[in-house]
Amino acid sequence: MKAVAKYFSDIFRGVKTLLTGMRVTGYYFFHARKEIITQQYPENRDTLSMFERFRGEVIMPHNENNEHRCTGCSACEVACPNGSIEIIWSRKPDPETGKKKKRIEKFVYHLSMCTMCGLCIPACPTDAIVMGKNFEHAVFDRSQLTKILNKPGSRLMAGVEE
Amino acid sequence: MRAAWSFARQQLFENALPMIESIEYWLHTHFSPAWAGFLGWVLVGAVYLGIFAILGLVLVYVERKVAAFFQLRLGPMRVGPWGTTQTIADAIKLLLKEPVTPDKADRFLYNLAPFFVVTATLMALALTPFGKNLQAFDIDIGLFFLLAVSSVGVVGILLAGWASDNKYSLIGAMRSGAQIVSYELSVGLSLVTMLLLTESLQLSEIIESQQAGWWIFRGHVPAFVAFVLFVIAGTAETNRGPFDLPEAESELTAGFHTEYSGLKFAFFFLAEFVNMFMIAVVASTVFLGGWMPFHLGDWAAFNAVMDFIPGPLWFLGKVAFIMFLMMWFKWTFPRLRIDQLLTLEWKYLLPLNLANLVLMAFVVLMKWHL
Repeated sequence: MKAVAKYFSDIFRGVKTLLTGMRVTGYYFFHARKEIITQQYPENRDTLSMFERFRGEVIMPHNENNEHRCTGCSACEVACPNGSIEIIWSRKPDPETGKKKKRIEKFVYHLSMCTMCGLCIPACPTDAIVMGKNFEHAVFDRSQLTKILNKPGSRLMAGVEE
Repeated sequence: MRAAWSFARQQLFENALPMIESIEYWLHTHFSPAWAGFLGWVLVGAVYLGIFAILGLVLVYVERKVAAFFQLRLGPMRVGPWGTTQTIADAIKLLLKEPVTPDKADRFLYNLAPFFVVTATLMALALTPFGKNLQAFDIDIGLFFLLAVSSVGVVGILLAGWASDNKYSLIGAMRSGAQIVSYELSVGLSLVTMLLLTESLQLSEIIESQQAGWWIFRGHVPAFVAFVLFVIAGTAETNRGPFDLPEAESELTAGFHTEYSGLKFAFFFLAEFVNMFMIAVVASTVFLGGWMPFHLGDWAAFNAVMDFIPGPLWFLGKVAFIMFLMMWFKWTFPRLRIDQLLTLEWKYLLPLNLANLVLMAFVVLMKWHL
């Protein structure tokens, strides 16, 4: 008798769980218009915004006076596991004050070697570099993947070193 | 507007039969009776081949779209508006591909197998009652013929699996054999249950018997149980998910058609979809009244509106409903293991079906059905 009861309760439970599953997918089907996740990529370029934690490439933000926050301490270069970052710095005299001071000539970033691990970002003591959201990196020549992140003529933002 | 629609409707559906008759008349005036009969059959065959191809293409597109919506994707979107010509592009690709035959394959059987599957499907398709008198092949043992023919397809699958000389193919084919042998019982029994009500095997008579209402409503509980059992067993018989063990992608690459490419693969692929259509045809004919419109008791106005929708549309709508159910199953449930598959049939569906048959016999005996 117990076995018979189990047989029918099995059927009942099976049907119930299957219907539960069908209700979930059925909801998706009939609400597909507003719930669809897929985006049509090249068409939606104008409105496309990647999520906040997306790591596309390393960029160095500059303010409107063409100033960045990089002191050339090379902490990011040390932190990088692949050697994607090379900082070429110098002690040339400052054109305004005449004092000799360490500053960056070129912040070289090899995108071709970068794995987007993001270890350089927390390593930076002055928050000079961040992760950009651009992911369209295809080029026809790999030399274009070696980028100079500091813009020409840019200088260190005042007050970063204090 | 209404007049235009009604005119178009008349042209399309009510003039279909006179049109066919006029073609027949033309044949008989220009050829000897023997030739006219032969050419008539050739025409009908060509029409059904066209239906087969179009049905396959449309169903593949619909399946992909429905699957995408169930998974909150968009599905094919690139070829044509909303991806509507995607399957045509796919078909052209398949036609242009090289038909590869494995070195150690049994060449004759290997090449024969897809035609077995397609022929079985086409023979079943010939019985489709699209509308009143709109049926190519209306024999008095229609339902029996359908059941018999639909199990011929498995011969093609077994041949394909064996002749490919491939382990995956053979395992897939054997699974398919086990599956069809088991589930054929349930399909047959649930239809036998309904035959107690319809009292005929002829598809057109089965539909006529539902003049007063569809059997799924008039047959009380046993009819509904038979419907559910039939849809489950029918899904299994067409090798569709969650019963798609013969071609379980993750285990057997593509199962029995692993070695097939190009046109021969397309045959298997299209036949699978048309088989699904056939199961839906049987379900809508036996349970949902085929091309009979939906009527509600004495509501004359409501019934008149329902009558206004032409029969073929009713029929295709019902078929679409059943196929949507089957797609819903496929994209919701995970695939069964082979032992679970056989347990489901032999321990659950078959006993339930037998009990249901007895119950239905009792209902019919007591004349409880409406």
